[in-house]
Amino acid sequence: MSLDYENDGALHEKVIEEVLSAYPDKFAKRRKKHLSVAKGAEEGATGAEGEDGQVLSECDVKSNIKSIPGVMTVRGCAYAGSKGVVWGPIKDMVHISHGPVGCGQYSWSQRRNYYVGTTGIDTFVTMQVTSDFQERDIVFGGDKKLTKVIDELEQMFPLSHGITIQSECPIGLIGDDIEAVAKKKTKEIDKTIVPVRCEGFRGVSQSLGHHIANDTIRDWVLDKKDNAFEAGPYDVNVIGDYNIGGDAWASRILLEEIGLRVVGNWSGDATLGEIERSPKAKLNLIHCYRSMNYICRHMEEKYGIAWMEYNFFGPSQIAVSLRKIAKHFGPEIEAKAEAVIEKYKPLVDAVIAKYRPRLEGKSVMLYVGGLRPRHVITAYEDLGMEIAGTGYEFAHSDDYQRTGHYVRKGTLIYDDVTGYELEKFIERIRPDLVGSGIKEKYPVQKMGIPFRQMHSWDYSGPYHGYDGFAIFARDMDLAINNPVWGLFDPPWKKDEAPLLQAAE
Amino acid sequence: MPQSAEKVLDHAKLFHEPEYQEMLARKRDTFECPASAEAVEAQREYTKTWGYREKNLAREAAVINPAKACQPLGAVFAAAGFEKTMSFVHGSQGCVAYYRSHLSRHFKEPASAVSSSMTEDAAVFGGLNNMIDGLANTYSLYEPKMIAVSTTCMAEVIGDDLKSFIQNAKKKGSVPEEYDVPFAHTPAFVGSHVDGYDNMIKGVLDHFWAGKERKAGDTINIIPGFDGFCVGNNREYKRILDLMGVKYTLIQDASDQFDTPSDGHFRMYSGGTTLADTEAALNAKATVSLQAWCTRKTLDYIGETGQETASFHYPLGVAATDELLMKISALAGVAIPEQLTLERGRLIDAMADSQAYLHGKKYAIFGDPDFVQAMARFVMETGGEPTHCLATNGTKAWEEEMRTLLASSPFGGDAKVWGGKDLWALRSLMLTEPVDFLIGSSYGKYLERDTGTPLIRLTFPIFDRHHHHRFPLVGYQGGLRLLTTILDKVFDKLDRDSEVPAKTDISFDLTR
Repeated sequence: MSLDYENDGALHEKVIEEVLSAYPDKFAKRRKKHLSVAKGAEEGATGAEGEDGQVLSECDVKSNIKSIPGVMTVRGCAYAGSKGVVWGPIKDMVHISHGPVGCGQYSWSQRRNYYVGTTGIDTFVTMQVTSDFQERDIVFGGDKKLTKVIDELEQMFPLSHGITIQSECPIGLIGDDIEAVAKKKTKEIDKTIVPVRCEGFRGVSQSLGHHIANDTIRDWVLDKKDNAFEAGPYDVNVIGDYNIGGDAWASRILLEEIGLRVVGNWSGDATLGEIERSPKAKLNLIHCYRSMNYICRHMEEKYGIAWMEYNFFGPSQIAVSLRKIAKHFGPEIEAKAEAVIEKYKPLVDAVIAKYRPRLEGKSVMLYVGGLRPRHVITAYEDLGMEIAGTGYEFAHSDDYQRTGHYVRKGTLIYDDVTGYELEKFIERIRPDLVGSGIKEKYPVQKMGIPFRQMHSWDYSGPYHGYDGFAIFARDMDLAINNPVWGLFDPPWKKDEAPLLQAAE
Repeated sequence: MPQSAEKVLDHAKLFHEPEYQEMLARKRDTFECPASAEAVEAQREYTKTWGYREKNLAREAAVINPAKACQPLGAVFAAAGFEKTMSFVHGSQGCVAYYRSHLSRHFKEPASAVSSSMTEDAAVFGGLNNMIDGLANTYSLYEPKMIAVSTTCMAEVIGDDLKSFIQNAKKKGSVPEEYDVPFAHTPAFVGSHVDGYDNMIKGVLDHFWAGKERKAGDTINIIPGFDGFCVGNNREYKRILDLMGVKYTLIQDASDQFDTPSDGHFRMYSGGTTLADTEAALNAKATVSLQAWCTRKTLDYIGETGQETASFHYPLGVAATDELLMKISALAGVAIPEQLTLERGRLIDAMADSQAYLHGKKYAIFGDPDFVQAMARFVMETGGEPTHCLATNGTKAWEEEMRTLLASSPFGGDAKVWGGKDLWALRSLMLTEPVDFLIGSSYGKYLERDTGTPLIRLTFPIFDRHHHHRFPLVGYQGGLRLLTTILDKVFDKLDRDSEVPAKTDISFDLTR
């Protein structure tokens, strides 16, 4: 299924030069380090093997450093990384957005972390709970208020299994001692209470928030309660799947089919109990390396649990990953994995037969976070599509290293891209599809270029697993082949007829 | 296998399939350590009681599902209503990502704003360098005609002084000395987005007006206020004012900014009040605010310049529109044209045609203070009862005004006003004192699910329905849209309640 293509590196070099010329000198210099064109490939590299395959290119750029003021970075903050990504999806805990009302309001129900439960009774994911700081809380401190908030939440939600305190900017600035409050109240109400120092000004992006959230799970959850559980030989945790649009479920069904038991899912549709029992698993399977590698390293060190990266986007990578995971457990599971791959082959073939002819050769530019700027590349290639450029909001250098296993020579690479740069890149390259976030969606579409949100799956999904791949293929097709893109030019200004394919 | 290439199932159907249902049940039973089904059911029932309601309403610290946002959102929206203006929010950068997303999700449009990207070092040393560098970058990259500066709570807590920072940045050459950089301090821990709107408008006016002599003229300034329906509403205001032949300046007009065409070009800026008009607005005869709770400080400030001021609470329905037109007519010395009288008659005609379906209906209404006030008034005009009127950002003064309004009509007799309360409180109110319909924003959909009360989406933010904001709600013409939106829900409900063949479908009437 692999493709052989190379991007127009010379054009991409030129476009980088062009965008840099718009900056004041000092900042052109700084931004230059974040932009590059992927160089050189190993001979015979196919791209189908992902991070376990050969290196396709080198796409090193500077990353994980402060955004430049005033440039319209797409990045979020540590609070978004902790509350929005890592903690928020844990469904049977109440997550307090501690501070003023806004942070919790804007992130309320926006990440599509699907879960099963009776909201407001035994699960609380799609709720916005905040201490709603007022001026007096800033002046006199918010610890007393926090204590009261916890008491009131206990009255309102007696079936909750715990509480997290997600710090917003002011908390760290006014010197509140949320740890002391958490300790005191944990004793009083006998529930897990986790203080998280994820103030938005910490670090340079969401990334530090992920790390801080991982650390608080380590320090305030693991080994704190004896959650009896009979471990089995095929127990695994899925780490870094937030169940966006049901991703974790479309993955879980495959893992169960190859004979594994998913003890804990971190953290989409998760309960506190799942997290507490995780150290008893035999293997940690990590999907979003960026946001949860920390806890994997910790569990490896402390409990001797090995961890393994995998990729469940698109059939090529799913097969590679299933085989890799199965290998860890031996021949019995390996045989089942082969059977599962075989079972889904007709579906994969049918999906590709239907959609590949409609998408073949279409070019894609990506700008997302976490794992997706590399992980989804092969899913596109499975459909015959080509990646012209990709970049991360908050990657570190190890992410760009891994990216080299996915992207081809000449691919445009952009780290912490600014609104200006992305617009110019897209304008000059004019890909057939852009995959990025809500802030990027509408400018791109107005330029006449099809777009899919690749954080929220544009309210669709799941995209993981074989079931998800069918949806992914359908969505890319409906985005690109919708007739609206042919209506942009009024007939009295039109000079050529659009090329379209009717829906099937 | 539930999935197929012929009929691709996404989340809406896929997880209803037996394979997934069984898997999820297995997950729950084996791994989740959930509360027991009995405990869940008991608690669910308990939340419907007056006992739970009492505790729910007594909350003083925990806020659960509030219907308000923070000040800078209002400031960013306000700045979007001026010609080629870029919002520059001084403080943490994550906040700006949130405002932009929030506005884009509602308008389905681009929302541009930049941050000074302050981090830990700025928390210690202050964000002056961020301001200096940030203004320079914004100016070169995005070529705005004006940069409107507001603040996140981080910058407010550490006490950054915008005025001196901007002066400093100008001295350092970030932007030319005479370049327009109005500003407003917009602490997130004071008030809500309506106050951020207020502060930014005042900041812009003060920037253009300070130290200038007012020469009273004959134009009328109109300030629409924070309005998620600005696209439809502002155009309707302009149509009405043009019909009346009034000389006016709409101060803060984001209707074009949040409604740019798809023609192959992305316009970062579109429309808005020109800077020249904003400056000249000092010389207006009077300023009329269409949402009083969004412009409290601004109107005081304008009053001090010697201009006459007047304010309204969002002109929805008949009487509110009547009052606005009469005031404008008096201020501008123009007659109300026959066209508008005709439109008024048409709205009344429609209301009369449909009154049987609206008379006596009970509503819960939530949203910003001006919206709730306006909506309650319109509901009473249709013979409905605004049983629960709730504004999380409603003040004591708002509650007072609301009570006066409700007392003015027999249909407000049983209505209650809930300032400062959140939507979790409204859940208790609706479960103990049920209503027929809920009017508010998309956030109300959780109440619709939990109480079975149909939600009518008529105010910001509307994330889960498209394009409503493109149609006006204000004035007589807007009143038709308002009326129809409510009626559609009423009739849909009647149909849903009578669609079971051979059981309830005796009332499945073709004509209503």
